[in-house]
Amino acid sequence: MPVRVQKEDFDAGAEIARLREGNPKVGAVASFIGIVRDLNDGDAVATLTLEHYPGMTEKSLEEIVGQAMQRWDIYDALVVHRVGTLEPLDQIVLVVVTSAHRGESFKACEFLMDYLKTQAPFWKKEVTPDGARWVDARASDDAAAGRWS
Amino acid sequence: MKPNETQTATITILYFARLREALGKEQEDLVLPEGVNTVAGLTAFLRDRGGAWATELGAGRSVRVAVNQDMAGPEMVISGGEEVAFFPPVTGG
Repeated sequence: MPVRVQKEDFDAGAEIARLREGNPKVGAVASFIGIVRDLNDGDAVATLTLEHYPGMTEKSLEEIVGQAMQRWDIYDALVVHRVGTLEPLDQIVLVVVTSAHRGESFKACEFLMDYLKTQAPFWKKEVTPDGARWVDARASDDAAAGRWS
Repeated sequence: MKPNETQTATITILYFARLREALGKEQEDLVLPEGVNTVAGLTAFLRDRGGAWATELGAGRSVRVAVNQDMAGPEMVISGGEEVAFFPPVTGG
C-alpha cells in the first residue's frame, strides 16, 4: 500500500513522478505538503518531535487511503509522514493523489489530510522558550474531518 | 483445554505521548484481573492505581483506546491476548 512512515525527508517531485509514471490516463495530480512552522499558539517553536504507534499508524493510514480510493474516482494515492525530531522549515507530511480530472484529486487530497490529522496515531511535542509541551488536538481539525461524513 | 484447568488471560498495554510520560511507562503485560473484561473496566482498574493514573485516566481527560490497533469504545470486550493502547487525541499531519 502507498503509505510510508519514515524519519528521512522526502522529495515531493520524485514521489509525484513515481506515482503517475507510465499512466497516460492521469490528467490531474493534487498534492499537499505539511511543514513545521516557527510559531504555534503564540510561541516560538525550536523543534517539533513526532511520536507514533508503529503498526497501527500504517494500518490506519492504509484504511484512510482505502476509503479515499472507494469514495472518489482516483487512480492512486500516496501518504508519506515523517517521525522523529524536526525543525521549522522541515517537511512533515506529503499527500499525493492522481485522477483523470482535478475535482476528484482535490477532494480526495483534502479528505486524506483531514482524516489523517484526526485518526492516524501521531503525536506532536514542541520545544518553545518555555520548555517542551505536547500539542493539543484542535476542535477545528475535528470539524474539518466531520465535513466528509 | 480441560474444564478444570484455569487459564491466565494476559494482555499487553501500550502508552503513548503525554500518557507515556505522565505514567512513566511505555508498555506492560497485565494478567486480566477478575471481572475486568471491557475497555471501560480496564480503564477503571488502571485508574484505581491512584496518583498519575487517577489523574491521567480520570474524568475530564481525553483518552483514546485502541484494541489490537483499532480504535475501541468503552464497551469493547477484552478477553486476553489483546494489545491495548492508551493515548491522547492524535495530533499528526
